[in-house]
Amino acid sequence: MTLPSATAVPGGRASSRRGSRAAGRERPAGSSATAGYFFVALYVGLLGLLGVAPVVYAIYLALSNSGGFGSSFVDAFKDYRFVPAFEHILAFMLIWLISQTILVVGLTLMLHTLAQRVGAVFRFLFYIPGALAGAASVVVWLFMLDPTASPFAFVLHWLGYAQFNNAIAPGNLSTIFAIMAFWTGAGGWIVVMYGALNNIPHELLESAQIDGANAFKTAFFIKLPLIRKWIVYMLVLSFAGGTQLFVEPTVLGSAALGVGVSKYWSPNQLAWFVASQYDNFAEAAALSVVLLVLGLFVAAVLVWRGRLFEAE
Amino acid sequence: MAFPRRHALQLVGIAVLLLFTAFFFVPIVWLFLAPTKTDGQLLTQSPFAFGSFHTLGQTFHRIVTYGGHSMLIWLKNSAIYSVGGTALAVLAAIPAGYGLALTHFIGRKALLSITLVVMIMPATALVLPLFLEINKLGLYGTIWSLILPFGFFPFGVYLTYIYFSSTIPKDLLAAARIDGASEWSVFRFIALPLARPIVSLVGFFAFVASWNNFFLPFVMTYDNSQYPVQIGLQQLIGSTASFNPTNFTAGSSIVVLHRPDLAMAVIIAIAPVLIVFLFAQRALVSGMLAGATKE
Repeated sequence: MTLPSATAVPGGRASSRRGSRAAGRERPAGSSATAGYFFVALYVGLLGLLGVAPVVYAIYLALSNSGGFGSSFVDAFKDYRFVPAFEHILAFMLIWLISQTILVVGLTLMLHTLAQRVGAVFRFLFYIPGALAGAASVVVWLFMLDPTASPFAFVLHWLGYAQFNNAIAPGNLSTIFAIMAFWTGAGGWIVVMYGALNNIPHELLESAQIDGANAFKTAFFIKLPLIRKWIVYMLVLSFAGGTQLFVEPTVLGSAALGVGVSKYWSPNQLAWFVASQYDNFAEAAALSVVLLVLGLFVAAVLVWRGRLFEAE
Repeated sequence: MAFPRRHALQLVGIAVLLLFTAFFFVPIVWLFLAPTKTDGQLLTQSPFAFGSFHTLGQTFHRIVTYGGHSMLIWLKNSAIYSVGGTALAVLAAIPAGYGLALTHFIGRKALLSITLVVMIMPATALVLPLFLEINKLGLYGTIWSLILPFGFFPFGVYLTYIYFSSTIPKDLLAAARIDGASEWSVFRFIALPLARPIVSLVGFFAFVASWNNFFLPFVMTYDNSQYPVQIGLQQLIGSTASFNPTNFTAGSSIVVLHRPDLAMAVIIAIAPVLIVFLFAQRALVSGMLAGATKE
């Protein structure tokens, strides 16, 4: 799954930082504005061409449909595939976000009670699947879901799946994509959460211990509240990424036995489908604008309300 | 036997950790053992049995030569797109992060905020709008349809901004300016030599993100000669008998692949990223935690 790892860019800043004063509230001696423009020029060019322009163009395409102002949005909403696609990712996200939150937080708290070195080994093992983000992880899970070859065959048999196509039946897809997403993304989040836990002052944990708190109480009443911000951050970022689901259903669907995976299982797939099959760029643009607004909204809320990031 | 509750809980904890270790790591172990076996052995032998080096060699040969050395073409394409995109990302991000951290200009704060928003927003949200735009610009089917978007890397700008604003004292730059150094010399001779760690960090993240990207090349490429290895993997599933049995009717001329071949292909496809992961783990973790570290 590319989503969590591709978007897992936690440069979040939990604590105040020495550098906040450094980053130029007053005009630095002798530096000229022209120099500043020169240094950011190439990046601003790319931002304009590949960040802003495509968004503006997609909105323009979506609105300038021959059917009248906004008609392509109406087309998109009335498309019989629209609601199922959103239902699919909603189910996927419910399973994924709930289990990821519980398991990542639980595993991190458990690892934090182990000796530093032992914990490091576990974190590394959990983290490695992140290297397979994308199509590779889907292929790996094709194998894992094949009862004839999988090392988890006993689990599949226990669940009553004797054939590959039983395992990837349409009703299982949301769960399967959630497993894939968790497999590639959870390790990275555990590393992040563990880092956040290490920021908790040692004296605080020590005094809790002196006051008679056991490992459980310390975890729930001291550690957990202190990493709450990071849990919210993980949830929000995963939510934004989850709406964009594309690789997993597309790659799984290319196994012909996965007949249950439609070509418009997720909204992004649907947008690509109407663009590539019907040349209906207006509806595709409208769909992508809907998804874009979702992602943009979440990101903006996090930046301006969450105060997780250092933007002065 | 009366077992202290504390110990019982510890045992449960260890059991849970081992269970998840199996979940995360067994698929990787299996993946690396699969190409040492034939498809038949895959079904009959233990999932963790090692086949033979001879079979491994045969599997490797079969997948590399498959489809007129398609695998090598895809790897070459992946390298071009990822290295090109990474070079552009570093070239744009390092000066931009420096400019945002250590110079002053109107619009600096706005640019920083926009960078944060675009960085948090899932990159996949831009793929279809990018496709529509690239199509309009006539760049569809060229390497620029991938290199340019890969080179636009706001996360790298943010990392560099954090790095420069926390590692280089402004007084140092001010002193250099008083000594008569131009803005460019300050950047070139003071900031850049100190920036080596951040250059490799941004380069690493940009490379991994480009190499593993599926959605963008999926919409931007349309021909085998253009596919990067991620799209190639998807193509190979179609040629794998156990996943697509109907593609192989009697007398068909398509070369049939089997599960060990596909597993080998996955290993080859992820090798560059995996190697970087293994060797750059420390840098990687520090990057993921950028700014989260203690005072």
